[in-house]
Amino acid sequence: MIEQGASSAAGSSNADIAAARRDLVLASLGFAVSGVGFGLVYGLAAREAGFSVIEATSMSVFVLAGAAQFAAVGLIADGAGWPSIVFLTAILNARHLLYSAAIAPWLGGRPRLERAAMAHVLTDETFALSLAHFQRLGRADALGFWLAAGFDSLSWPIFTAVGVIAGQLIPDPAQLGLDVVFPAAMGGLAVKLATARPEVAAAVAGAALAVVGGIVVGPAISIVVGGFLAPIAGLLIEREGEPSR
Amino acid sequence: MSVNLVGLALLMAAVTYPFRAIPLFAPTKDRLPPVVQRYLRLVGPAILAALAAGNTAFAEDAEGHNAFHLGIEWIAVALGVVLIAWRGNVFVGILAAAVLVALSRAVMGV
Repeated sequence: MIEQGASSAAGSSNADIAAARRDLVLASLGFAVSGVGFGLVYGLAAREAGFSVIEATSMSVFVLAGAAQFAAVGLIADGAGWPSIVFLTAILNARHLLYSAAIAPWLGGRPRLERAAMAHVLTDETFALSLAHFQRLGRADALGFWLAAGFDSLSWPIFTAVGVIAGQLIPDPAQLGLDVVFPAAMGGLAVKLATARPEVAAAVAGAALAVVGGIVVGPAISIVVGGFLAPIAGLLIEREGEPSR
Repeated sequence: MSVNLVGLALLMAAVTYPFRAIPLFAPTKDRLPPVVQRYLRLVGPAILAALAAGNTAFAEDAEGHNAFHLGIEWIAVALGVVLIAWRGNVFVGILAAAVLVALSRAVMGV
């Protein structure tokens, strides 16, 4: 088994690590540009729903999960109670359990306090970039994780605050095409991770479940369901390829 | 300045953080059954593909509901995915996807 501890130097040279980190920072910048746009829009939406700058920004600092925050703003605007918002947040963010479980083998060797901090910034973007980065190197890279997390975790709350204060001055991010940054990056990173038939099967099943399930029960739930169930398709393909006894 | 909703933010964080943290403090990979290790290895491509598809195939309709949607976004995301897979560079892929959509919306209004 490949040693996945952060201290291992196996699997990559210093030049490989530098090149991989450079690519990671570039990709993080792309996400950050999108995060800036949607942070501004979120801030503006929160202000229109009655949030103060402290309330909107604290949500971006403490929750750090765009989909749940946009949902919360909409529900507050509609006069929903806190319990329903907290319940919806739990459902929307259940997918983070998968992120944490999938990345835990790589980060298991880090100090407990650092892992506690890493957990807070384990967003969609941080997970996707870190996992692809670790797999490229063949080992964990804590600095790489923090680089991926830093851009996302800082740009989102900062530009939430700017959005509350001056969001009406900026153009719609959709006009700039920023709404496709997230799915394009996620799809591209999924393809990079799909290096063998089981991974390809899991990715195809995940996409199919998200679309079909989205039509039936809504996209927010179907993405979580797809993430939980699609790996089973990969396991079945893997089992098919095993020699029969 | 109101701070009432800071309490809501903390409650939302309280239900989010355990999802992100608990597996990071669970037994390490070597102690997990092989089938669970294989499942976890497949989670990455599965959830990322689900996020990509779910965020491409659905858009807010006029009433603000998420509805199935076919449009230039599909082509842009496909272009981005192909470029990322081909060049191995995420930034190039997302830049191309964003530019294609921005141009399409500016020129054709789609």
